[in-house]
Amino acid sequence: MSILQVQNVNKSFSGLRALNNVNLTVEEGHVHAIIGPNGAGKSTLLNCFVGRLTPDTGTVTFNGTSLVGKSPHEINQVGVARVFQTPEIFGDLTLLENVMIPTLAKRDGAFALNAWARVDGERAVIEKAEHLLEDVGLADKRDVLANSLSRGDKRRLELAMCLVQDPKLLLLDEPTAGMSRADTNATIDLLKRIGERGITKIVIEHDMHVVFSLAHKISVLAQGTVIAEGKPDDIKGDPRVQEAYLGGAHL
Amino acid sequence: MQDNTPRNDLILFACFSIAVLAMPLWTAPFGADYPDLLQKFAIYGIFAIGFNILFGLTGYLSFGHAAFLGVGSYTAVWAFKLLTMNVLPAVLFGVIFAGIFAAAIGFLSLRRTGIYFSILTLAFAQMSYNLAYSVLTPLTNGETGLQLRGTDPRLLDSLLGVATPDGLPSPNLFGFELLGYPSFYFCAVMLIIAFYLALRITRSPFGTMLRAIKSNQNRLSYTGVNTRPYAMAAFVISGMYAGLAGSLLAVTDPLAGAERMQWTASGEVVLMTILGGAGTMLGPILGAGIIKYFENIFSAFNDATLHSIFGFLPHWLSDPLVAVLGLFVGDGWQLTLGALFMVIVIFLPGGLMEGATRLIQLTRRKRPDGGSSEDAAGSRRAFHAGE
Repeated sequence: MSILQVQNVNKSFSGLRALNNVNLTVEEGHVHAIIGPNGAGKSTLLNCFVGRLTPDTGTVTFNGTSLVGKSPHEINQVGVARVFQTPEIFGDLTLLENVMIPTLAKRDGAFALNAWARVDGERAVIEKAEHLLEDVGLADKRDVLANSLSRGDKRRLELAMCLVQDPKLLLLDEPTAGMSRADTNATIDLLKRIGERGITKIVIEHDMHVVFSLAHKISVLAQGTVIAEGKPDDIKGDPRVQEAYLGGAHL
Repeated sequence: MQDNTPRNDLILFACFSIAVLAMPLWTAPFGADYPDLLQKFAIYGIFAIGFNILFGLTGYLSFGHAAFLGVGSYTAVWAFKLLTMNVLPAVLFGVIFAGIFAAAIGFLSLRRTGIYFSILTLAFAQMSYNLAYSVLTPLTNGETGLQLRGTDPRLLDSLLGVATPDGLPSPNLFGFELLGYPSFYFCAVMLIIAFYLALRITRSPFGTMLRAIKSNQNRLSYTGVNTRPYAMAAFVISGMYAGLAGSLLAVTDPLAGAERMQWTASGEVVLMTILGGAGTMLGPILGAGIIKYFENIFSAFNDATLHSIFGFLPHWLSDPLVAVLGLFVGDGWQLTLGALFMVIVIFLPGGLMEGATRLIQLTRRKRPDGGSSEDAAGSRRAFHAGE
């Protein structure tokens, strides 16, 4: 069953065609990788999913509801969470608060005027947040300010902030960019473990090692168009992909 | 977060209440123990607490909060004129009207963030100030300011058959005249209530969301939170605090002038909050107290006062000293304030409360058992969380 359908999406920036009739179907429970050379339109496409950009034409349908024209918070509330290329976290709040905020947002909706309750009295929320911090291996730092974390830890924190909401679809924009090989492998393990929860994931990634160890299906984007789609093994052998993306080199 | 347990908050609140109620005692050594000044401490403390809910928590820097102070004052004087000299309706209507006014200005200003938001609020406040001076004269009595008159209807008072004294009546609380110390204690109780509400807001999930807006608004919206109503609620709440302060100004002196809405008054509350420590519970009140103290006490110093202070020095030393220091007192009190403000912003960006936190850390570090780096991180966190 498909969870996200993208049909004929076009997006131009002052004459430059960033997305050209993109069609994409993401199956529920899959890890769907989007790869392609720099400037292929990967991040533009992702931005069209979360409400940062609105496609010029075409439809993006998630679980039967259209995402086009919705604002980022509305899209999150229907179950789409996003990890950014550079970690977006609440830098001057503690790790626990960082994870409690999405938990509260999931529980209370987009706005709630609960100014009388005590935030440290929200036992269920705190326990859930602590549990997630444990999952990503940051439990011992729960009272540290998020700014003081290393880049890899910030990314794991951001992942915890997304996972605590039990999203139906998780978008990962280059989750291992700038990481050491060891950190990358740790992240792959973490993402595989998350895979067991059955969350559908869309991963944008440059690192082929990451892509081929995670993805069920790969779409290759070049110059705003999907030029190939298929299982990792098919993509590896596809001459068009090697031409456009890998520059003809063999894997 | 463990630093802000309900128990610690209760202790903080109890100490704060006692300190406020005992103000006439402990301000005496500073020569500030007269009701006129003490009232100002309390009223501008309320103003700064409210401002801090917006600026300290959400990071939205409003340069137009004096407009709400002015609306509170005008509304309170009108309540005195039309309804009754009892202060409760005046305060209630002052808060409500300032809230409505803040909702209107916030609705327009909160479409932008950062410097554009600040400029919008500044523009609206200056507009209100100029309107109060010119077009709205029937409501505000223009340059003269809105005052009580013997011929005011005071419908509720006349309905209830409250005797009108000869001359102008004074504000009262159910017949008990609020002049001098009773008036200060009325403001003090309001300050304590205002502080308690701000404490609850800061420690609530709502308050956490406000701090998240300041920290990373972008992440917050991708987390499923609609940031606009949160910012709007904070703006209206802080506008209502300003309205409360404004109506209390009218309670202590029942007249309202447009100059209360001028941009300098808006800037003053920004200074108070930053001086004391934005985002902390006690900082803004401290800042308000210090600025009002300088304004009233330092400005009253003159060369003769200085000569008597430095009388023990030989003339060749005391004369130049007095000549230099004379620039910083009397009419030059703002010079002192400016210098103090610069020192604080450069060396203690977190305001006086950061200074206090650092002092506590220093004393802790000196003890052999309590000097771990975790302690320092803890205090730093406590400072960020608001105390």
